[in-house]
Amino acid sequence: MTDNTAVLKEYSTIWQVLEENAKKYPNFPAVREKAFGIWQTWTWSDYSKNSNNLALGLIELGMEDKSPVAIVGNNRQQLYSAMFSIQMAGGIPVPIYQDAVAEEMLHVLQHSEAKIIIAEDQEQVDKVIELGEKLPNVEKILFLEDKSMRSYESNDIIGIQKALELGENSTEKTLSEFEKRKKAQTSESTGVILYTSGTTGKSKGVVLSNANILTAASGAISFDKLRPGMEVVSYLPMAWVGDFIFSTCMAPLGRLCINCPESRDTLMTDLKEIGPDFFFGPPRIFEGLLTSIMIRIEDASNIKKRLFHYFMNLAKKIGGDVLEGKSVGLFNRALYALGDLIIYGPLRNSLGMSRVSVGYTAGEAIGPEIFEFFRSIGINLKQLYGQTEAGVFVTMQPDGEVRSETVGVPAPGVELKIGENGEVLYRSPSSFVEYYKNSKSTNETKDNNGWVATGDAGFIEDGTGHLKIIDRAKDVGKLASGEMFAPKYVENKLKFYPNILEAVLFGKDKEKCVAFINIDLSSVGNWAEKENIAYASYQELAGHPQVYSMIEGHINEVNMDISKDKMLSGCQIDRFLVLHKELDPDDGEITRTRKVRRQFVEDKYSDLVKALYDGSKTIKTETKVTYEDGREGSISATLEIRSAKLVK
Amino acid sequence: MEEKKKNNTIMEVKDITLRFGGVTAIEGVSFDILEGEVRAIIGPNGAGKSSMLNVINGFYHPQEGEVWFNGQKRGAMKPYQIAYQGIARTFQNIALFKGMSTLDNIMTGRFTHMKSGMISQVFWKGKAEKEEYENREAVEKVIDFLEIQTIRKTEVGKLPYGLQKRVELGRALAAEPKLLLLDEPMAGMNVEEKEDMSRFILDVNEEFGTTVALIEHDMGVVMDIADRVVVMDYGKNIGDGTPKEIVSNQKVIDAYLGVSHD
Repeated sequence: MTDNTAVLKEYSTIWQVLEENAKKYPNFPAVREKAFGIWQTWTWSDYSKNSNNLALGLIELGMEDKSPVAIVGNNRQQLYSAMFSIQMAGGIPVPIYQDAVAEEMLHVLQHSEAKIIIAEDQEQVDKVIELGEKLPNVEKILFLEDKSMRSYESNDIIGIQKALELGENSTEKTLSEFEKRKKAQTSESTGVILYTSGTTGKSKGVVLSNANILTAASGAISFDKLRPGMEVVSYLPMAWVGDFIFSTCMAPLGRLCINCPESRDTLMTDLKEIGPDFFFGPPRIFEGLLTSIMIRIEDASNIKKRLFHYFMNLAKKIGGDVLEGKSVGLFNRALYALGDLIIYGPLRNSLGMSRVSVGYTAGEAIGPEIFEFFRSIGINLKQLYGQTEAGVFVTMQPDGEVRSETVGVPAPGVELKIGENGEVLYRSPSSFVEYYKNSKSTNETKDNNGWVATGDAGFIEDGTGHLKIIDRAKDVGKLASGEMFAPKYVENKLKFYPNILEAVLFGKDKEKCVAFINIDLSSVGNWAEKENIAYASYQELAGHPQVYSMIEGHINEVNMDISKDKMLSGCQIDRFLVLHKELDPDDGEITRTRKVRRQFVEDKYSDLVKALYDGSKTIKTETKVTYEDGREGSISATLEIRSAKLVK
Repeated sequence: MEEKKKNNTIMEVKDITLRFGGVTAIEGVSFDILEGEVRAIIGPNGAGKSSMLNVINGFYHPQEGEVWFNGQKRGAMKPYQIAYQGIARTFQNIALFKGMSTLDNIMTGRFTHMKSGMISQVFWKGKAEKEEYENREAVEKVIDFLEIQTIRKTEVGKLPYGLQKRVELGRALAAEPKLLLLDEPMAGMNVEEKEDMSRFILDVNEEFGTTVALIEHDMGVVMDIADRVVVMDYGKNIGDGTPKEIVSNQKVIDAYLGVSHD
């Protein structure tokens, strides 16, 4: 295995890689963005020129050395460029989730003490302005989109174009300051602060050094043998460590070209137009794709439907083996080739994945059926396990050893061990320096020898060395009977049904397990249309008796499945209800990366949990909701509670 | 909102009377529209609002009265000639080409900016080619402005109502009009769609400085976005002023609450 620290001999910061590319490959495409219906390309030389100008502009605007600068917005050329600009100018980029409500932004901005904010558009600027006096530190806001910003412009709120002009015409003093700041940086300097999505409590700022991100990026490039010129579509939040490492670090280092979609809603068309070579998505993206394929197939003509099902059955049997180059027999191979011609190929094409040579899913467990589906039609989808603190990668699946139940072997440079309590620990040159201004948490997570606790319980499989994750270490508990309680394990099984969007299992220290279910509106809605079930709202559909019966069926199947596992058979679901509202990050019920905040949900819906345990048949409840614009309201509902079949 | 520049009168209608046979739709109505303002025309059903818009737009020719646009008295003109003068409109009942894509629909709004002849358009050479690029760019700016990138290639007939309304606004905007006429832009919309549409109308007015004249039933919307309001009832002008003045105008209150007319 290649040594991923070798990269540090060549570079000590990531912007040096950009500058190098601009020198050696000035005319190769570096970053594209679809604007006004056309893909606008920046070459490495454009990219570097823009970044340099903005860096100078930032210094002209009074940006101090080593100061954090916040970035908030969708994936945009200019914002990626700004990441480099901030680093060049000696600062620390702090990307913020673009869909964070003002309240969440407040925490990050206050904690990081960013004085300059680079915001995409009016929506983001409004959020900052709304926080007003709570942010005494903020001095300047730069914005990208002019639209509706006319009346905002002032000394402190300025268009990014102006900053670029300032940079272009910068003074001698600024230029020498710029050179001085660039020279002062080492591989030990802070490269970025990424705020975690905060599954538990307030989000923490993970400090990654230049060395951390360079080694992580270099390791991943060598692991999957990524080649220069490969195309990537950057659509995941810029504040997420995955996108940061891929789009800002791996892209220049591996000379990949990143593509920014036109808008959040045009992703599917944009994917198709670009045809990325490398694709990364959380499980919900793949779930969503599969659901939409299935819905469209159901609406297709009979012949198409039959062909699809015939060849999908074939793919299910041999597709995975074909992908891994294993022998499947001549006849099967010929049949698969035919399927590839009329079903798999066109399907890959319409998903925009014809050229994907490596696809990754991470963040949550992915349903085995979803995973197998994509692999069976010839998309090399793999799993990786990682976290912000690790600079993404802890384990990755090597080609030829891909299975849905494990998350792979240690990534380049990573050492792995299992702690006494079953918790997974790792150590690597890419693991984080510290939590920003939070030495208490740093000490809790990282020991003196550099071992970082993941907070996940798991074990290393005998023989293969693959890591298997069971659940969050702190969530794994015991039932009153002493049996093991692993809520995530059960919830994931439930979520693998397309009709179920989210599930929350309760049962720690209790006799039995009970569950909240969230239906998937697009999938259940489509089913309701077919069944001629009329409904006026999400709430009405969720409470429909037929929907309840369908969910009951799913739960009975899961119970049957769990009962086969001796260790976890106590986790079967006794009673359940279907929630009248979707769990929503705006209400704080799930994180922006869609992980359930268990304790929060339990407290917020304590009346429902109580009713699940006390044997009531229905429960009347009132729930506070937050709208997208921050206003609050409340909805009330009477929910039915049903019992499922327990298997002894 | 800061005080906008609205000195010049861009449009003035004087003593307009419009009859259909024996029915008098509009009777002696006069008002003006100032450059850069949002001017609303309101009134109960059958008050003659749409007819008024059709007069401004040149679709109806009033029997009496004068229409002044840009400081010139207008003679009898065809609607397309008026479009060339810089007046664009949307319709109460959407009038789009249902089988064409959003892009093509908005492109038709550019016809006043296309000057190349048929022959060169057929061969798509020289001027025609250059023009096509320029026009496409203008259309893309409108698409970007109205945030309808997702439906760029979608057949308009398949779109939900609220989006069709937006496309129609897009077509009118593509003409880069001096005066934009909107006939009930919010009709049949839900609250969210209304909010979006209000936003777009205000943005058009502020960003491009386009003068907007609109007919609307939703009083809340009118009071929020209009600078000045004309109230019509039974074909007559019964009130004219800022939204504040209008809500306290007794004649207007009577018209809306239904006092018996003698």
